[in-house]
Amino acid sequence: MSYLAATLGAMTTPVDPSPPGSPDPQGVPEPPRHDPSAALSVRGLWKRFGQKTAVAGVSLDVPAGSFYGLVGPNGAGKTTMLSMATGLLRPDLGGAWVHGVDLWARPDVAKATLGVLPDGVRLFDRLTGRQLLTYAGMLRGMEKDTVIERTDDLLLAFDLGADADTFVVDYSAGMTKKIALGSAMIHAPRTLVLDEPFEAVDPVSAANIRDILKDYVAGGGTVIVSSHVMDLVQRMCDHVAVMAAGQVLAAGTVDEVRGEQSLEDRFVDLVGGRQHSEGLSWLRGS
Amino acid sequence: MVARFVTLKLTLMGNTFRKSVWQTIGMVVAALYALGVVGALVTLVGALAYVGDPAWAGLAITLGGALTVVGWWIIPIFAFGVDATLDPHRFATYAIPRRTLLAGLAVAGLVSVPGIATVLVAIGTSFAWVLEPGVLVVALLGAVLGVATCVIGSRAITTLLAPVLESRRYREVVTIVAVMLVVMTGPLIGWLANDVEVSVEADPGSGSSMGMLLLPLFEQAAALVGWTPFGAAWSLAGTAHDGDWAGLAGHLAVALGTIGLAWLVWDRALARALERPPVGDGSGGKAKGLGAFGRVPFSPTWAVAARTATYWVRDPRYSGSIAIVPLLPVVMYVSAQSTGNFFMLLATGPFVAWILGFSISNDVGYDNTAFALHVAAGVDGRADRWGRAIPMLLVGPVVCVATVVVSVWIADSWHLTLPLLGLSLGLLLVGTAVSCAVSARLVYPVAKPGESPLKSPQGAATATIVSQGLGFLVTAGLSLPVLAMGVAALMLGGVLWGAATLVVCVLYGALILVLAVRFGARVYNRRLPELLQQVQSFP
Repeated sequence: MSYLAATLGAMTTPVDPSPPGSPDPQGVPEPPRHDPSAALSVRGLWKRFGQKTAVAGVSLDVPAGSFYGLVGPNGAGKTTMLSMATGLLRPDLGGAWVHGVDLWARPDVAKATLGVLPDGVRLFDRLTGRQLLTYAGMLRGMEKDTVIERTDDLLLAFDLGADADTFVVDYSAGMTKKIALGSAMIHAPRTLVLDEPFEAVDPVSAANIRDILKDYVAGGGTVIVSSHVMDLVQRMCDHVAVMAAGQVLAAGTVDEVRGEQSLEDRFVDLVGGRQHSEGLSWLRGS
Repeated sequence: MVARFVTLKLTLMGNTFRKSVWQTIGMVVAALYALGVVGALVTLVGALAYVGDPAWAGLAITLGGALTVVGWWIIPIFAFGVDATLDPHRFATYAIPRRTLLAGLAVAGLVSVPGIATVLVAIGTSFAWVLEPGVLVVALLGAVLGVATCVIGSRAITTLLAPVLESRRYREVVTIVAVMLVVMTGPLIGWLANDVEVSVEADPGSGSSMGMLLLPLFEQAAALVGWTPFGAAWSLAGTAHDGDWAGLAGHLAVALGTIGLAWLVWDRALARALERPPVGDGSGGKAKGLGAFGRVPFSPTWAVAARTATYWVRDPRYSGSIAIVPLLPVVMYVSAQSTGNFFMLLATGPFVAWILGFSISNDVGYDNTAFALHVAAGVDGRADRWGRAIPMLLVGPVVCVATVVVSVWIADSWHLTLPLLGLSLGLLLVGTAVSCAVSARLVYPVAKPGESPLKSPQGAATATIVSQGLGFLVTAGLSLPVLAMGVAALMLGGVLWGAATLVVCVLYGALILVLAVRFGARVYNRRLPELLQQVQSFP
């Protein structure tokens, strides 16, 4: 604990005091134990890039079987936090547990139960859609027959059958998102962590993906999605966490977090930053 | 408006300076080099005019100018997209009249090291006629027209061909051709120079210089080139000097016609480009079935191997460098021909082996952020390392053996086959081994997927030099036993020595490979997220 305090003291950029009612990483550094029953449990995650603190002491429990939404403005640290919770980025401090398995101590065991859709990374796009799915399955050490069967199922479910033999580099943005989603699901993970899964995806495909994810949750899986679209999160998720400036401002079931308001209004209240000025008066039509 | 385009271009250049010290240094070196070339050319033409005959200067300007125009027109086709700072598409949403846009882009096109150098040389060489003021005026007009031909013609061609150039498949083909051309330039020049040397040496008695011998040839060429779009503008002064007024009018007509036509083509092409922004070529690349993935055992190791093999064929960043390998023996053969020394030719096998082994030393860098899939899946280091090495271990030996056999066949030194095979295979194994270990630790930026391999990433010079240098040193150090054994066998001769070399080198290489993969896998497993972070931080 003294180590943590020393590190906190050494941080040159002061952390904004958290709003009342949310966990305060400076006053109460971290709950001592992770929740072993949670699908994903992170404790005291910190990450700095140079002068910028991207994630400042995030602790979060994602209950098994929940459909968990993570919302926050641009630059809130969502992607950084999810990367640290899935083994893509080593945290400066803190840890992550997947179904009670320490991700950073036993990454091979933990990663086997995780399906990850990272945001802002390339794909091996010189492969065809079918080859990419097969590759993802093979990397997970799956059996040949299973991989071939699930590849066909996924191509069908994501409406990519006609483009199965086209190079991913020639896919549209939405198709690329879908094939990336497919390669995160092919090994039937217990937990899916999806960073911005609906970005650039057309409404019909988005509805299909939502159905697939709902089925998956109904079958006992856990889904964590990050998104900008409050409305979508409110309709789709049963739990939500609001992040801003590298901290979790509120977390819980959607009803707990939003109270009497809509999620969007509550989000704006929490995060702030709405302009109540005259706006761009000159922009009104002449 | 034109001034604003020039300012924009200068600002863009200035910003690149601010981004990286290395780029500034590179730019300064390029500028100094260009200045040197400008100075040399102007001095040369001036000397021709004052020391020799002004007509010679006219010849030089016509032929050199025509070459410059060809360069301006052809090079952008190969280097397309390498510099798109003022891509007309970026101005599509602004309401700029097309005429203004054209003028602005044309002038801004001159604001670059080659552009400024061209202007300086064109104007500087005009002063070869300083003793004849009338001709000087014509020469300056010719210089302006010549530069205009360069810039407008170049823009017209790239804009006209943009729809083709932007298609992925075309870019890939052109890229590979360009890489091969770059590799072949050196030997070609050497070969040509050699031939000229031979033809001059063949006639030493006459005492005349090479220039005298070739003068009629140059005169004929210049007379012809002066009537083509390439040389018309540049030949104006020479024609005026000769007092051929009808010819002057004709050349001027060709020059103006060229510029007018190029302007018209560019205008039309730009109008079309702005109205129809680039979209994918629709069809897209296709490959049936699972390809390499269907032909390997189902395991993570072989998955990586199949993916690597697929990329060698499909990704021009890999296939470009593979296309060089068959050229190396040709290059070596040409140089062996000219020197009459077969040592270089016989060294081809080991050299190719070294290059091959080294070529996968930055594999993770080539993956770029697609590597995230390996990290998310938690691929074991051993699977990743072996997977990347397997295609090399399957194809490399075949290539090495073929190269060695062909080289000893041409050199007619069959008795060296066994030691050369041992050397080559040993170097291939050691090189691959070092690559397997190094690529888990030292990653440096390379051209991103889909970019031209000729485009070197910005601000990566230090990392590249350090990583490659270290890899080179380690490979060299670990190859010492192979080299010693090979050289000893080559010196001592004898089938027994040869066979022993082959066996020992291969066994030694295999041992190093196993150890290096084990080491590389440990490093990989320990720093998997850091590797990803490194490729994510690439500019």
